[in-house]
Amino acid sequence: MTREPSEAQKQYLQSLQRRKYWILAAQVLLLLAILAAWEISVEKGYLNGFIFSSPQRIVQCFYTMLKDQSLFFHIGITLTETIASFLLVMVLTLGVSVLLWWCRPAADVLEPYLVVLNSLPKSALAPILIVWLGNNMKTIIITAISIAVFGSILNLYHGFMKVDPERLILIRTLGGSRTDCLRLAVIPSCIPLFISLMKVSIGLSLVGVIIGEFLAAKAGLGYLIIYGSQVFKMDWVMMSIILLCLIAMLLYRLLHAAEKYAVKHM
Amino acid sequence: MTYALSLDHVCYTYHSLKQETPALHNVSFHIKSGEFVAVVGPSGCGKSTLLHLIARLLSLDSGEILINGYPLVISKEKVGYMLQNDQLLPWKTIYENAVLGLKIQKIRDPAAYERVEHLLTSYGLEDFRDSYPDQLSGGMRQRAALIRTLALSPDILLLDEPFSALDYQTRLNVSNDIGTIIKKEHKTALLVTHDLSEAVSMADRVIVLTRRPGTVKSIIPIHLSCPERTPKNARNAVEFKDYFNQLWRDINDT
Repeated sequence: MTREPSEAQKQYLQSLQRRKYWILAAQVLLLLAILAAWEISVEKGYLNGFIFSSPQRIVQCFYTMLKDQSLFFHIGITLTETIASFLLVMVLTLGVSVLLWWCRPAADVLEPYLVVLNSLPKSALAPILIVWLGNNMKTIIITAISIAVFGSILNLYHGFMKVDPERLILIRTLGGSRTDCLRLAVIPSCIPLFISLMKVSIGLSLVGVIIGEFLAAKAGLGYLIIYGSQVFKMDWVMMSIILLCLIAMLLYRLLHAAEKYAVKHM
Repeated sequence: MTYALSLDHVCYTYHSLKQETPALHNVSFHIKSGEFVAVVGPSGCGKSTLLHLIARLLSLDSGEILINGYPLVISKEKVGYMLQNDQLLPWKTIYENAVLGLKIQKIRDPAAYERVEHLLTSYGLEDFRDSYPDQLSGGMRQRAALIRTLALSPDILLLDEPFSALDYQTRLNVSNDIGTIIKKEHKTALLVTHDLSEAVSMADRVIVLTRRPGTVKSIIPIHLSCPERTPKNARNAVEFKDYFNQLWRDINDT
């Protein structure tokens, strides 16, 4: 079946490839243009470098903090908190969803509570958590979990309930128990959903960690942002924001790669 | 004598918020071992409910169902069920799907696995052993689903409109394949269908149910004069259209 593709097919593939490169080039150029405009405006005095910082200042700041090793410390703290919250969110999501699927009455009783907790702006809870748990990492991680976990549970539970009932009948006609239904039909059917929930949750965990760090932290990128803005060290603030962008992208890419791997090996 | 399957005055009613719907009322019939029986009837007459009851997916309100002479609740007799859709799990290979029942029931007997291999080979699926369901045609998938059911060597096979999801041409071929396999494996089978010609071509007897609540309207033995009784040959038998017309009259007359 491996036939030499026709001339037209080759041309079509080439044009697709060209388009891909073109878009990448445009994306890079746009970034460079923004950075250049920013730098030049500060240099020419259109923007106040003290308030707006500038790409050059950010790089310098990055370099200094790299040398005194404080940068990796802050990044490390934020990353650790994010990954810890994310893992806990996923474990809780799976555990609670299985429990709700297993026990329909519990699901019916808890549903309104979950809905309310999901729509509640969780940053409102953060001050209470500080009072209860103290000014420490525990508070930050729990803030992050509270932001991501409820929506995630609701989504996964609904996914569980939407599994084709015929698929469950099949397992039962083959003599399977409820555990078999869960193990062989419900959970495997929901793996794509679970992975897309992971992609959402990693972003929300990062949001939660930054909110937590704004309120209760002595270290981390969120702390750098809030502290930097208070003492007018805008270089810190801008650098931290850019680092957050990179971290968010990196984490998303990692999960995306995991998803591709999972799809290929299933 | 003990029948492979006998139903005595079986009743079943569905309950919902708005109303209760009597689905089956006093349904009685008996099936001999190795016999292929089809159930036809107007839509919504409780045909599928009947199979759900026999497969223990629902429990009956009153009446009795015996398999090989044993009441359903205590019998260990195995019932194989083929669903409308093949329901092969897309993330498992054809082989993994075929042995799903053995895995679920934790059967480790190598002979059972050998039989699955043998069935896959006999029915033209050995080259697709490690393929995934979406790489197979509808007909092959339905054959794989039948092998999955046969792997547990059920005493009775229940077929719940197993061909209705296929297009017409595939359907003729697959019903011919499946019918032939079931005869060859000497299985007792109960087929539910709304396709009268399918019923006549495959079954030794056809049971006609009335409109809801379903009761047995008539039981028609099918005797066709054709050299080799396969579903495809059956369609060319001279008596075929007479039986078809008789079923047609019985169904519309309910």
